[in-house]
Amino acid sequence: MSKPTIELRATPHIHAPHDVVKIMRNVVFASLPMAAWSIWSYGLSALLLMLAVVASCLLTERLFNRHNNTLGDWSTSITGILLFLTLPPGFPAWMGMLAGFIAIGMGKVMFGGLGMNVFNPALIGRAFVQAAFPVAITTWIPAFFEGRFTRLIPSTLTPPFTIPPETAAWSQQVAVDAFTGATPLAVQKFDHVAAPALHLLTGTTAGSLGEGSALIILACGLYLALRRILDWRIPLAVMAGTWPSAELFHWIDPGVYPDGLFMLLSGGLMPGAWFMATDMVGSPVTPRGVVIYGLLIGIVTVVIRLFGGLTEGVMYAILLGNAATPPDR
Amino acid sequence: MNEAQQAMQPPRASSTLMMIVLNGIAMLAGFLVVMTSQLTAPRIAENQRIAIEQAVSKVIPGATRHREFHLGKDGLRSEPGADTTTIYAGYDDQDHLLGVAARAAAQGYADMIYLLYGYDPTCQCIRGIKVLKFAETPGLGDKITHDAAFQSNFDALDARLAPDGQGLAHAIAKVKHGTKQHDWEIDAISGATISSTAVGKALNQSAQALLPQLLPHLQELRATEKRP
Amino acid sequence: MTRKTDTQITWKTFSEGLWANNPVFVMLLGMCPTLAVTNSAINALAMGLATTFVLLASGLLVSLLARYIPKQVRIATYIVIIATFVTMIDYIIQAISLDLYNALGAFIQLIVVNCIILGRAEAYASKHRPAKAVLNALGMGAGFTLALLCLGLVREILGSGSVFGVDLFGPAFQPWVIMTLPPGGFLVLGAWLLLFDWFRLRRQQKETVTGGQSDVA
Repeated sequence: MSKPTIELRATPHIHAPHDVVKIMRNVVFASLPMAAWSIWSYGLSALLLMLAVVASCLLTERLFNRHNNTLGDWSTSITGILLFLTLPPGFPAWMGMLAGFIAIGMGKVMFGGLGMNVFNPALIGRAFVQAAFPVAITTWIPAFFEGRFTRLIPSTLTPPFTIPPETAAWSQQVAVDAFTGATPLAVQKFDHVAAPALHLLTGTTAGSLGEGSALIILACGLYLALRRILDWRIPLAVMAGTWPSAELFHWIDPGVYPDGLFMLLSGGLMPGAWFMATDMVGSPVTPRGVVIYGLLIGIVTVVIRLFGGLTEGVMYAILLGNAATPPDR
Repeated sequence: MNEAQQAMQPPRASSTLMMIVLNGIAMLAGFLVVMTSQLTAPRIAENQRIAIEQAVSKVIPGATRHREFHLGKDGLRSEPGADTTTIYAGYDDQDHLLGVAARAAAQGYADMIYLLYGYDPTCQCIRGIKVLKFAETPGLGDKITHDAAFQSNFDALDARLAPDGQGLAHAIAKVKHGTKQHDWEIDAISGATISSTAVGKALNQSAQALLPQLLPHLQELRATEKRP
Repeated sequence: MTRKTDTQITWKTFSEGLWANNPVFVMLLGMCPTLAVTNSAINALAMGLATTFVLLASGLLVSLLARYIPKQVRIATYIVIIATFVTMIDYIIQAISLDLYNALGAFIQLIVVNCIILGRAEAYASKHRPAKAVLNALGMGAGFTLALLCLGLVREILGSGSVFGVDLFGPAFQPWVIMTLPPGGFLVLGAWLLLFDWFRLRRQQKETVTGGQSDVA
């Protein structure tokens, strides 16, 4: 069997000698600062959760793919790390492992393995646990809590198949400053108070592990764009879809709808636009297709956030974008 | 239809035969359906009565029996009409009117939430709710059915009428979790804001419309106490 | 048609619906109730039994009356017969338990459009003797009930931590909410189909390896 290759999109740089291993290794490098930042913010629990999720992904890949050696090409690890970044900090490790199993088993192997997946595997795993454990996936932990490198969040080591313990009281106790337990998006949606952009940029708000600092995400994404590993049009198109539509609603009723900058920096939009929507298999190949795909994701995200029952809509918007992309093979 | 197809058709039965067969089958079907309906009707009526009784006794504390009325623009009726609302008057063992139960509904997170609530004319308040039908997310929105703190909102939820008698003095509304200050406010469940809002909206809509219509006829409900 | 030949009753008459032509896992018929009401074992069982009753009764009646029904109006006749029994079971379930009736919702009435029933009436009951038709309908019903139970059990165990309402794991169990929601129906059905196909392929492989007669269609 020949070495698996990935077709590049019709960029002018088609001669660049990319192969799967090289690309994936670069993506891992780019996502490591984000992972490191999340571990810096949430301590041991985040590290443990990351190891659990990645190990579960690798084991699942090994279980279903005994004949081809696909473990060494980093693609499974990258799914694991990206999945980890979408989870809340106090997420029980066993649920993380289940998410990893679903991500690889249902999101990737079932469609035919590497390069054949219709949807972003990490988001499939996240969507599953979102529907299965709606309470655990919306339980937030204050960032930079006291003693984060010496003790674990009580819910991290929940025994498998049991309900994680209540962490609200514990969070209040260890939080460095006033911790509301609600994400900026939830606070905005239900109380119409938008968090300041500076907090969002530096990551001092509640949220998923990878949603912390918009600045770091931006830097990592730019690195990949400069290395020509992700198509810079996609994140730009996503933002170009998000900002004007958010501004439009903000202009209609500023008291209810947040402004475009808040929309861009809050929640999972940045990691989603740079790392999830740019998944090479699930996104379109033609330049025009890429723009439509990005705009669709951006607009759908805004619509779900403002009018849906959920506070965050990036995940479903990207999965919808994946579904609208014709398979390029 | 071309000839080849016609040739493949089975010999055509006469239409009289078709009509006889269809009529015969239809009569048999009618007989079976009516027979089942007749046989099961008493059991079904009994089941429905028990279901309503359980719900009424939950929302009107202390009620041991109930009577069904239909409230229209022209007052109480015993038979439902096109523009009537069904209400259930709950009585204790001594036939004292304890309260009136009615249905309310509003759009929840997943689907419509249907509930029954009990209005107590002595304290002019809502004394209990029971969610009849809902499809909220298990673990979050379904807390409206069993969360003790949320249910305690309806121990005595203020539903006084405004002086002009056209609506409630204070609209029933949900407030953010932990900020309830007045008797007419509903303390929302943390993490189930939409479901809590729906319950508040359902109660407010129904009470605003029903109570002004109902109160002039309260004496008639009490009068039935005398009847055997 | 085949009425003259093939008169003996064999084990296969009954078992066809259980395994070889299982309505859910092999023929993929009747997906609407399969996906919609299998969120708990009791709902699955009730739906399975209700469908079995309709299959059985309509199969018997169609088989008895088949020779008198003109070809041109047979479908209309079958539908009337099936609808009759569906209405009957609708009343009967209301009489047994209103809670169960509410849980099954519109899907009781929708048995009438379940393709298994019309399919069996047209393809089997109308061409066979009453005894065979009844036995085959029983097998089909049992296969359908079994398949629904397979889904219902998995979804209830994972989704509520109980079996037939009996708590299995105690209050510490974390339910997988997705399993009681509509997506759970698709996921569990997919998983069962995967399992069945995997078994079938393995058996076929074994047969080809040992040089046995393989009946690959």
